[in-house]
Amino acid sequence: MGRVPVVGDDSNTTFNDGDAPPRVVIVDDHRLFRSGVRGELGDAVDVVGEAGDVDSAVQVIERVQPDLVLLDVHLPGGGGVEVLRRVLARHPQIRFLALSVSDAAEDVIGVVRGGARGYVTKTISGRELADAIVRVADGDAVFSPRLAGFVLDAFSATDAPPVDPELDRLTQREREVLRHIARGYAYKEVAKELFISVKTVETHVSSVLRKLQLSNRHELSRWATARRLV
Amino acid sequence: MDKTSGDRVTPVADGTPELTRAVDGRLLGGVAAGLARHLGVDPVVVRLAFMALSVGGIGIAVYVALFFFVPAEETERGDGAEERTADGRRKGRDISQLVAYVGLAAGLGFLFLLFGGVFDPLLWFVVFGTLGAVILWQQANPGQRDEWMTSTVGRGKGLMRAGAGILLVVVGVIGFLVFQEQLQNARAGLTFAFTLLAGVALIVAPWIVGLVRERDAERRERIRNAERAELAAHIHDSVLHTLTLIQRRAEDPREVQRLARVQERALRSWLYQRPADAETTVSPALERVAAEVEEEHGIPIEVVCVGDCPVDDGLHAMLRSAREAMVNASKYAGTDTISVFGEVEPEEVLVFVRDRGAGFDLDAIPEDRMGVRGSILGRMDRHGGSARIRTAPGEGTEVQLRMPRIPEM
Repeated sequence: MGRVPVVGDDSNTTFNDGDAPPRVVIVDDHRLFRSGVRGELGDAVDVVGEAGDVDSAVQVIERVQPDLVLLDVHLPGGGGVEVLRRVLARHPQIRFLALSVSDAAEDVIGVVRGGARGYVTKTISGRELADAIVRVADGDAVFSPRLAGFVLDAFSATDAPPVDPELDRLTQREREVLRHIARGYAYKEVAKELFISVKTVETHVSSVLRKLQLSNRHELSRWATARRLV
Repeated sequence: MDKTSGDRVTPVADGTPELTRAVDGRLLGGVAAGLARHLGVDPVVVRLAFMALSVGGIGIAVYVALFFFVPAEETERGDGAEERTADGRRKGRDISQLVAYVGLAAGLGFLFLLFGGVFDPLLWFVVFGTLGAVILWQQANPGQRDEWMTSTVGRGKGLMRAGAGILLVVVGVIGFLVFQEQLQNARAGLTFAFTLLAGVALIVAPWIVGLVRERDAERRERIRNAERAELAAHIHDSVLHTLTLIQRRAEDPREVQRLARVQERALRSWLYQRPADAETTVSPALERVAAEVEEEHGIPIEVVCVGDCPVDDGLHAMLRSAREAMVNASKYAGTDTISVFGEVEPEEVLVFVRDRGAGFDLDAIPEDRMGVRGSILGRMDRHGGSARIRTAPGEGTEVQLRMPRIPEM
């Protein structure tokens, strides 16, 4: 459980067994930022490659086959979404965590719908980023409070009846979980608050991620197509 | 033939000042005034000359021909010419108004003399033709032509109007000729005129199109330059300024962080400006409150807001309570970040202010600590909402505010 089929459901992952730190490629067009992240992450992850634009990112990723790609949303050559599109088509097992300074809904939603398993802003602390990377490399989804807010927003507008209720609606429990994340609760705290296990929280978040990626809800499509991302 | 074209001319010349006046155009009498300025004579002279010539029919042709050239001439000459017209405008307008009324009266009198009644069909065709000419005229007014050239909507409308005008003129002229039983005589002349017009159109069209394009390009370039200048000014005023400050305060990391945050927020709101007004709806208002508290106390506050609605009295009180909660968290929690979550639901609005800081024992707050009791709990109660504070030493604090929404009208 807790995996998202869209981006490759390989429960028997060979990449992150045991305690070996996840192998990470950092894709960002600001070199200063790349070296900053590299320094902040320290030993928590194993940075095996860097790239500054779409083409070199795809090359590096194909060559080193990392566990996870830390992906900037805005990249020269088509943006993070283009990297997702080209890599995931052939290597669905590689996971992506999106990282951006942008707060714009279409950026956030667009890149998650493109296949990223999480979205964090660049203001995140090094420790939190390392946590997020390990979590995503393990197959979970990482929602920042802001992403949770956007998702609630996108799924809450009830003007049109859902086309596919299974995908177009969040369950009461999923909403509860997202609300707590938006309030700034960590998964552990959400679990305690709702009297469920951390695993169950992860399951809910992953299921929300799946809906986010597969749903054709009007609001989601609108955000995505506003930037011609889908 | 001479006579008929003379009849038609009078009302056309009349229409000029009237229409310019109505649209408050830059050139009074369009062609005549421009020509007068160009020749350095009084516009009245030119106008009278036109009227005199029009009786013979040549006046129209000259006028129409000039009509297509004069505006272009004006754009080339630029602002200087406009300024010069500005002071001459008032005087020119009075004179041309006078000329117009005299001309109109003369024209109408002439028509009645000629046809001897309102019911003569000939008169109606003359009216048709005049109406069409008037429409075309208005179309070609400098002020309107501007919008005609730039906006596509205006262009469609303009073409339609021009088409209607041309149709009316053609109907008027042909009808008039038919009733005068002079169509046979006029045919040769008409054919010649149309051929000539078509020829001129062929020659002039590419030139006009080129001129229009050039103008569009210039306009676009001007807009782009203005934007660039605005961006440069903004970056200079804000970002460069802040960077300088940061360099000077480099030894104080707290201050540096505060400056960076303030600048980041300013730049962000400038880049991703939201259309909503900060004072009227909940989401931007909450962000604004958080920004103010953050600026005052230097602790980053992350705001996430779902949904939006207008701010009423109750929500205003709620925003002030939320502000108090943020201030408390900034002052006492000793944490490096505060989360604020606002949610607008159909029946109520919720705001959560949470920190992971020291927390406190709620029962141990002295009665005189107005912050929590008065500004948060009391205020929410008074406005029909409720507040809950969840905290324990070492557990952080979360203030939950809840305010029912008053149904919208």
